[in-house]
Amino acid sequence: MPYQFEFGWLAEYWPQILSGIGVTARLILIGGTLGLLLGIACAWMRSLGPKGLRWPVAAYVELIRNTPFLIQLFFIFFGLPGLGLQLDAMTAAYLAMILNLGAYACEIVRAGIEATPRGQFEAGASLAMSRFETFRHVVLVPSLQRIWPALASQVVIVMLGSAVVSQIAAQDLTFVANFIQSRNFRAFETYLVSTLIYLVLAVLLRRAMILVGAAIFPKRRAA
Amino acid sequence: MTEFTTWDILRNLLLAARWTVVLSLVSFIGGGLIGLLILSSRISKRRAPRIFAKGYIELFQGTPLLMQLFLAFFGLGLFGVNVPAWLAAGVALILWSAAFLAEIWRGCVESIARGQWEASASLGMGRLQQMRHVILPQALRIAVPPTVGFSVQVVKGTALTSIIGFTELSKAGTIVTNATFQPFTVYGLVALIYFALCWPLSKSSQILERKLNVAHRGH
Repeated sequence: MPYQFEFGWLAEYWPQILSGIGVTARLILIGGTLGLLLGIACAWMRSLGPKGLRWPVAAYVELIRNTPFLIQLFFIFFGLPGLGLQLDAMTAAYLAMILNLGAYACEIVRAGIEATPRGQFEAGASLAMSRFETFRHVVLVPSLQRIWPALASQVVIVMLGSAVVSQIAAQDLTFVANFIQSRNFRAFETYLVSTLIYLVLAVLLRRAMILVGAAIFPKRRAA
Repeated sequence: MTEFTTWDILRNLLLAARWTVVLSLVSFIGGGLIGLLILSSRISKRRAPRIFAKGYIELFQGTPLLMQLFLAFFGLGLFGVNVPAWLAAGVALILWSAAFLAEIWRGCVESIARGQWEASASLGMGRLQQMRHVILPQALRIAVPPTVGFSVQVVKGTALTSIIGFTELSKAGTIVTNATFQPFTVYGLVALIYFALCWPLSKSSQILERKLNVAHRGH
């Protein structure tokens, strides 16, 4: 007998699915925002900051970029209590996402900063701007504008990667899917539906990033 | 209670890391082959294959790898066969890598100047000949650094297969933790082994990129 698909369970479990979507959205909203800020701070330290800070930041970036997110998560959630730092699942998930995105964002933002022509720094200085003002107004904003598409892609990748936090029992969309399929024994249908939801979330997130970009960056003037 | 030395832990992790390496190789090579197929339909002159390839890439890049693994694991099971974890893991990772590699390579092919196509067409070359003699040799040079860079993503991606029960490095980490109750040491070592696998790949990708840029500037 061929397999009969069955989606009747959707009505019953819809509230749980919505709450799972809510958790995933919260993770990427907070993790994404703080991760970007961390990335910008690290990019500043690596390209313009004091010499002593450069190699620790470089080590952090390389370590994160060359290990799986799952292991970073496990290390934070299961490993850190060994050092006396006990975190609940959601806090560990936030922390892992912030640290992960921070490292990738650092490299992306740094590429933008390093593409800034030398003359821009000098122009800022000649307007009597402090080093910080020059960085903020003259270097950072145009840099971010340049690399915004790459940053948007990275945020989407991190959102999709967040499916893994279900493994430390943070109750995101994947966690809910695991729960539902253990009740209805309709694993394929359940994961199919949640995969499609992730697809929609990814599309929406990409749109949102473009809108945010349009809102915070000045329109490029025609030359 | 048995005492475990750090060497006991490391030895077991390294044994499991062999499976991470094997799965990475299989996924990367298989993904490359299927990626070539997807690439050729993505840049095809006809509309239908182009739309299919575009949809394929969007689908695999727009959904979590973990979900793809679940779907492969339970989806293959729908055919009434008992699916071993390694099979589902291999299938999902190959299809996933194919999407990313096709998209990377498309960028490389499209970066070849329009005039190259026109020049080779004016020499009376067919599309296959154009690809074989003019476009691919040039695109290949540009493609090497990002392709090597993507292999890092593949190695890291294999970690997720532990969740559907394939025993590789990450799964071994969980098993060893459950035996030794030393999560800090075990996951620390697991991370270091991944780092030892991935960092040389990342570094060589960067070096290749720099070399290629120098070559470009020379022209």
